[in-house]
Amino acid sequence: MASVDRWQLPDGIEEVLPAQAAAVERLRRSLLDLYRSWGYQLVIPPLVEFTDSLLVGLGRDLDLLTFKMIDQLSGRTLGVRADITPQVARIDAHSLAEPGVTRLCYAGSTLHTRPQSLLASRSPLQLGAELYGDGSLAADVEIIRLMLATLDGVGLRQISLDLGHVGVYEAVLAAADLDDALQETVFDALQRKSVPDLRAVLAEVEPATAELIIALASLHGDINVLDEARELLAERVPDALAAVDALQDVAADILRQRPDLDMYFDLAELRGYHYHTGIVFAAYAPGHGQALANGGRYNDVGAVFGRARPATGFATDLKALLSLLPDEPAPRGAISMPDSDDPALYQVVLELRAGGETVINSLSGDPDPRCDRRLVERDGQWRVLALDN
Amino acid sequence: MNRKLTVALTKGRILKETIPLLARAGIEPLEDIGLSRKLVFDTSHEDVQLVVIRGTDVPTYVRHGAADLGVVGKDILLEHGAEGLYEPLDLGIARCRLMTAGPVGWQSSGARIRVATKFVNITRRHFASVGVHADVIKLYGAMELAPIMNLADLIVDIVDTGNTLRANGMEPLDEIACISSRLIVNKAAMRSRCGAVQRVVDDLSEIVHAAT
Repeated sequence: MASVDRWQLPDGIEEVLPAQAAAVERLRRSLLDLYRSWGYQLVIPPLVEFTDSLLVGLGRDLDLLTFKMIDQLSGRTLGVRADITPQVARIDAHSLAEPGVTRLCYAGSTLHTRPQSLLASRSPLQLGAELYGDGSLAADVEIIRLMLATLDGVGLRQISLDLGHVGVYEAVLAAADLDDALQETVFDALQRKSVPDLRAVLAEVEPATAELIIALASLHGDINVLDEARELLAERVPDALAAVDALQDVAADILRQRPDLDMYFDLAELRGYHYHTGIVFAAYAPGHGQALANGGRYNDVGAVFGRARPATGFATDLKALLSLLPDEPAPRGAISMPDSDDPALYQVVLELRAGGETVINSLSGDPDPRCDRRLVERDGQWRVLALDN
Repeated sequence: MNRKLTVALTKGRILKETIPLLARAGIEPLEDIGLSRKLVFDTSHEDVQLVVIRGTDVPTYVRHGAADLGVVGKDILLEHGAEGLYEPLDLGIARCRLMTAGPVGWQSSGARIRVATKFVNITRRHFASVGVHADVIKLYGAMELAPIMNLADLIVDIVDTGNTLRANGMEPLDEIACISSRLIVNKAAMRSRCGAVQRVVDDLSEIVHAAT
């Protein structure tokens, strides 16, 4: 390998350099503090697990995304987590096994075999919160509010909230009674809102049913979409109405606290459909194609670990969030100290550091370039003076 | 955020058929795209600008949000995937067929065949779906030459009239897909500029459906 290539990192793998790292860490701490103040307890799941636990439950969508290797101790397959949510679901279902409501939060690096979108990181710093043991809409609303509070905490403005409910699609599909292969092609075309492709794949299906599925592709926009949906579904798929009503209730609850929030409804957006079971949501910033944070209800995932539980939660990628923020002004300068073993100096430095100042030993050379002040001995006292004094 | 709505167009034959459609939707370039060497064009619609690029680049521009909408052949979407895009409308222009073709009277002789194409992914999927093991050779042009020079047994290519095939002693075999141009939309633009984007989609949809 030529030396010019040695510095290269794999595609989608990035390091975080000092200025940004400081910002990431500040955010991580402030957000975990925020979650604590809402009653969410921090857990630190391991970096690797057996794929048996990592990929069951939520896992089907994650299988291709997960790096795998053989554990030399057990001969079983290990996976590097591509998503922390299944780990937290396992912790709730098995390790904690508390009755009643459990609120958990986490922050940690994940690894993806391939980027989830163009230019996306393959090692996102995932941060999220999950609420187990309550299946009511109030729990969904709490999680959505916490997600919005997260983005407020980051300092992002002009957020728009996407709301959907997998129940609408499920009810329409149940009424249509398509075979598995057709379901998959319909799902794929619906994700692209490709009306022409939907028409083509549904050519053999009964026309009224086909029209219903095609109409689903157009059910997106502002809150009036919910009325359109009711009108469309009332007669043919009454089972879907409960999902539409749930969306209306959740939207009303969120709007009561944030009347100015921009909301967008999409009844065909089924990201992660394979494990979601209810309300799904995402937050977008204008001009940014990928969701900043997303989540939804995924009841009964814990069943594979012995305890089926209502569950809802959201996650975000801290590094992606940070890339949207303007650069912060440089922090206050540091203080340079001479390389001296004077106990009085040691005491002063100790106090300065405890008070939040950065004090840097100049060793044998010049003060560190970050310093704008220095410690100088005057009349037997150590004082902090401007650098050029 | 009053940035203009940007529409990425595929240059060449698709462009020629796109311009009249856009004109009927009230979007006309202020200068002749065919004569200008510019890449960005203002239009008679004050909130819309056009960029003219290669077809394979259109989905890239739209996916990244560098353009809000795009017009691109379905062949490109099939080959490179349409993940992260919406493709709500078939514009019904630049129609052609994506087909396999071979020398007249060609018979498969063995378990593996060699296929020359620029649509590598589509070709792999197609032959896998019919149970034939195909070794795919990527070429950038003049597919018809490959069987003549014994570089490949078959080709997969866009067939319009079939004249080029016949002139080289070949015939079309199986149709893989019917191709026409699609309108594609950036996912974020569909949200944040819902009204403006939806208006363009609806206008074009009306024009296309009136024409058929």
